[in-house]
Amino acid sequence: MKRIFIAFVVFTLGLLAVSTYQALFVAPTEQTMGEVQRIFYYHVPSAWTAGVCFFVNFLASVVYLWKRNLASDAVAAASAEVGVTFCTIVLITGPIWARPVWGIWWTWDARLTTTLVLWLIYVSYLVLRRFSAGGQTQVLAAALAIFGFVDVPIVYMSIRWFRTQHPSPVMGGGENSGLDPAMLHAFFWNLAAFTCVGIVLMVVRYRLQMLEEEVEATHAAAALQGGPR
Amino acid sequence: MTTLGVTRTTLLKDLRMEWRSKDAINSMLFFALLVVVIFSFAFNPTAEESRRIAGGLIWVAFLFAAVVALNQTWARELRNQVLDAYRVSPAPPNALFLAKAIGNFFFVVVLEALMAPLFVVFYDLRSVGPVWQLIVVALLGTWALVVNGTFFAALSIRTRSREIMLPLILFPISIPALLAMVDATTSILTGEASPDFWIKMLAVYDVVFTAVCLLLFESVLNAE
Repeated sequence: MKRIFIAFVVFTLGLLAVSTYQALFVAPTEQTMGEVQRIFYYHVPSAWTAGVCFFVNFLASVVYLWKRNLASDAVAAASAEVGVTFCTIVLITGPIWARPVWGIWWTWDARLTTTLVLWLIYVSYLVLRRFSAGGQTQVLAAALAIFGFVDVPIVYMSIRWFRTQHPSPVMGGGENSGLDPAMLHAFFWNLAAFTCVGIVLMVVRYRLQMLEEEVEATHAAAALQGGPR
Repeated sequence: MTTLGVTRTTLLKDLRMEWRSKDAINSMLFFALLVVVIFSFAFNPTAEESRRIAGGLIWVAFLFAAVVALNQTWARELRNQVLDAYRVSPAPPNALFLAKAIGNFFFVVVLEALMAPLFVVFYDLRSVGPVWQLIVVALLGTWALVVNGTFFAALSIRTRSREIMLPLILFPISIPALLAMVDATTSILTGEASPDFWIKMLAVYDVVFTAVCLLLFESVLNAE
């Protein structure tokens, strides 16, 4: 198992090297936006990875409430942390891109606001995990995770009605949408690479969580047998 | 006892206790009053353009005040291990949840009814749109805040920093409901837009989250 994981890490690093090369050197420079558009190859794959992480978090939370096993709770904890990390990258790369292109750092439009609210929800999830005690953490966190996930489409719908400025989806949109094939190529390399980085981080964090549980269980057992050791 | 019976008994007990102590309603009222006064320093409250921000202001005041009451929801039951007793009893958990949520709903609606005239006086409010729509928005919006708030209060009561935890987890989830309440209220007050979409949104939000709360409350009550 460990050998497979190490092989996967090596594979991910290779993929990351190729995708970085693709994004910075192979992909053509965008006509109107110039070099700054290359941030796209980091911005969108990060958003995708964050989305995947939050979805994993939701599934793991449902499984936890159903089966009550520590492993699915560890998956939930790991995916939430990694998801918040990638969501933070999205929220940082976004303004860096928006400033030269839109002329402003931030706009309260549907997708930006939804991403920010998403980030807030999962940060509150992490805060709850940090502040709840002992064996209750898992159930409380799983309940909040379900609330958060149910909330996301409602947030999106409401803010979409409120205001919109973010470009409509470039891929799979109307007639004038679509990327240059060379850009699409680089984009998919980055999408694959970021997804793999996300998986690697989640696996590492999952292992850490399970080790923490083990340490806690050992301490508890030692305390039951009398005195700290 | 049936679900309805347990709900009614618990609700009546809470209302009677509140009627005798008036803890929640007094602290909420005073808190909301403070918010109104402090807001008035931030901008000129009687200016014509303040009508546009009145919706946001009213709901922020009610939201903060509601948190004060919500935080006290379960504290009373924690003393003397009432919650533990409830867990070992055969009474349905959702009956307890509903009673608490309805109780909180009642307190916050009373607060709103008492505060509304004050807002009208202090901020010189006049509604251009129909007033009954404001009442619909208030009822739907209050339930949206209170149903999640009651649930999250049950979560936060089990954490280390109880009182701080509730707003931290309640506010992010409530953002769409708040947006709907604020925008609906502003549309009605200014009469510039139709609040229909927001009222429907609030109704959907209420239905969805009431269902989620009822689905998950048993797990949270029995969390060990």
